[in-house]
Amino acid sequence: MPTSIPEQELMEPGHTACQGCGATLAMRYVLKALGKKTVVSVPASCWAVIPGAMPNRTLDIPMVYTPFAATGASISGLREALDIRGDSDYNVVGFAGDGGTADIGLQSLSGAMERGHNVFYIMYDNEGYMNTGVQRSGSTPYGAETTTTPVGLDRNFKKQQKKVVADIMMAQGVPYVATATIAYPEDLIRKVQNAKKVNGPKFIQILAPCPTGWYYPPEKTIGVSRMAVQSRMFPLYEYSSGTFRLTRPSKPVTVREYVQSQKRFSHMDEDEIRTLQEEVDRRWESLLEKETH
Amino acid sequence: MREIGSKTSIMTGNEAVAEGVRLSKVGFISAYPITPQTTIVEKLAEMVANREISARYVEVESEHSAMAAVFASEIAGVRSYTATSSQGLLYMHEMLHWVAGQRLPIVMSVVNRAIGPPWNIWSDQSDSMNQKDTGWIQVYSESNQEAMDTLIMGYRIAEDSGVMLPFMSMEDAFILSHTSEQVAIPDQELVDEFLPEFRLGFKVDSDRPMGYGSYSTPDGPFMELKKDMMESMWKSANVIKKVTREFSEILGRDYGGLIEEYMTEGAEYILIASGTVASTAKYVAGKLRADGRKVGIIRIRYFRPFPAEDIVRATKDAAHIGVIDRSVSFGSGGTVFNEIRAALYGRSDIPVTGFVAGIGGRDVREEDIEEMINLMAAGKEGTVFINTRGDQ
Repeated sequence: MPTSIPEQELMEPGHTACQGCGATLAMRYVLKALGKKTVVSVPASCWAVIPGAMPNRTLDIPMVYTPFAATGASISGLREALDIRGDSDYNVVGFAGDGGTADIGLQSLSGAMERGHNVFYIMYDNEGYMNTGVQRSGSTPYGAETTTTPVGLDRNFKKQQKKVVADIMMAQGVPYVATATIAYPEDLIRKVQNAKKVNGPKFIQILAPCPTGWYYPPEKTIGVSRMAVQSRMFPLYEYSSGTFRLTRPSKPVTVREYVQSQKRFSHMDEDEIRTLQEEVDRRWESLLEKETH
Repeated sequence: MREIGSKTSIMTGNEAVAEGVRLSKVGFISAYPITPQTTIVEKLAEMVANREISARYVEVESEHSAMAAVFASEIAGVRSYTATSSQGLLYMHEMLHWVAGQRLPIVMSVVNRAIGPPWNIWSDQSDSMNQKDTGWIQVYSESNQEAMDTLIMGYRIAEDSGVMLPFMSMEDAFILSHTSEQVAIPDQELVDEFLPEFRLGFKVDSDRPMGYGSYSTPDGPFMELKKDMMESMWKSANVIKKVTREFSEILGRDYGGLIEEYMTEGAEYILIASGTVASTAKYVAGKLRADGRKVGIIRIRYFRPFPAEDIVRATKDAAHIGVIDRSVSFGSGGTVFNEIRAALYGRSDIPVTGFVAGIGGRDVREEDIEEMINLMAAGKEGTVFINTRGDQ
């Protein structure tokens, strides 16, 4: 029976991720889209641990482990060296979390994109330093409680809005930029395959919900991923050759419904939910405007 | 000096180093500019533009990224090079450990320069001495010719299957980097005879997928891998001697081994130094010898692996040892001084004095060297700062 998702599996069973991990699905789909001739560079992140201790591995592709801030530069070096070798048919992929991308790795990412290497940079966004124990990152959304933005006598939940790296990449002029999430695997895979057609840097931000850090039951990962899109908390878009395309959710839900699905937002009062809703609406309007330009 | 199959040219240390990179047939270069390293990478960029070297040059946005890029290119199987100085080397520190731990034989030039604040771009070894525990082989040159030759030897030594450790080659800021002297550039055929093509035992290959640097638990091979680095570093001492000998046979210049001894025979006072300060010390030793004072000089070429055996042997008949450091560990002493004392511990009762000199590019003059000898003769011990100004 023909399937809409490539059947090839490059991720073996036996990984050590948490139950319901969104990041494992993100990797699995990306590799399905790209195939075996792929090398992945992974900095400090959940994915540096998921394959297990040496000599174990869970991916049937070469995987280079790097320090936190090194993803952008390492894929630059891999790409150029593979080209020197005559192996231009390899896909070179940086696969980093949101801390490794929005925070400590932003300079290295920006440099690599600016230089124009023919590489993929996949940011799997679980909105915090989840491998390290659920600390706040620049990509954590407004309202979220983390271990470094705890709600105690003072309600020190994250007071700043999410830094959206994909938007920064568009502003920088990266030729292919997209957002995706695991609840929509056909869309995710199609975007990776579209990116492959671009000879140059590609950036894809994949929302990868994390039951451990967002405090929802592991079996709800796909549902939470879907609600993030439906509530416009995480709009799906594709920006290629100067054309911007925004996906309209078919069954919109409110920000209130979204935040109620996760305990990390459970302390939020009506005013705070409204603040978040207003930011979500404001950003949606600005994305719609991008589409018309 | 025999000059077989070479042409002689007048060039700066940085130009000589760039020639060494060209002759080593490096395939990938990544660097970030920092004074006084800049003229190395400018020259290399020019060579790439003029197709004098078939390498790719990637201008990264930081030194951390420069080291991350060459880390990745070597894993993919391409001989790689970078260069830096001072703050840039410090910024690389994390990646230095990463490269050594991954056992990648990258060669890097470091133009020794002070660390701020205050800002200071002049000669000082604090930058590279701060990296002594990273698992890189370290060598300090005293001439432009030596800087070029050492770079070529560096790839042979680092890529030796019994070593497989990265190689850091130092030259003094401005004194070598920007000062012209005569350099013999060997013919490519001779270098090719000396330095085989790059071939790692592993490289990125989708038909043989591997994890490069996956994690290890306390019971895993982590500790054994670190022990192996230590053993390889010790083994590299013999490889260095062997490769240096082969270099002299093929290319005609003999740098001895890990240290250079100058007038140490029968020397009562032995001063140990590295880099261009050693040249001044040798000159002063010659003068003092003519006056009947028994002074000898040891020039440390390789600081990693540390040449403990060579130093114990070369100093065994001395009455007093002095060590000149162009860096200092605050609250302890000169970096080299401390290591010399550790090497001599239990094997020698000879007193050792540490001289901290030339920090931040302060000139180390003939009279400073003479003062050191006089302080040794007067039985001075401990750590002494030389040529500091009382009113500052």
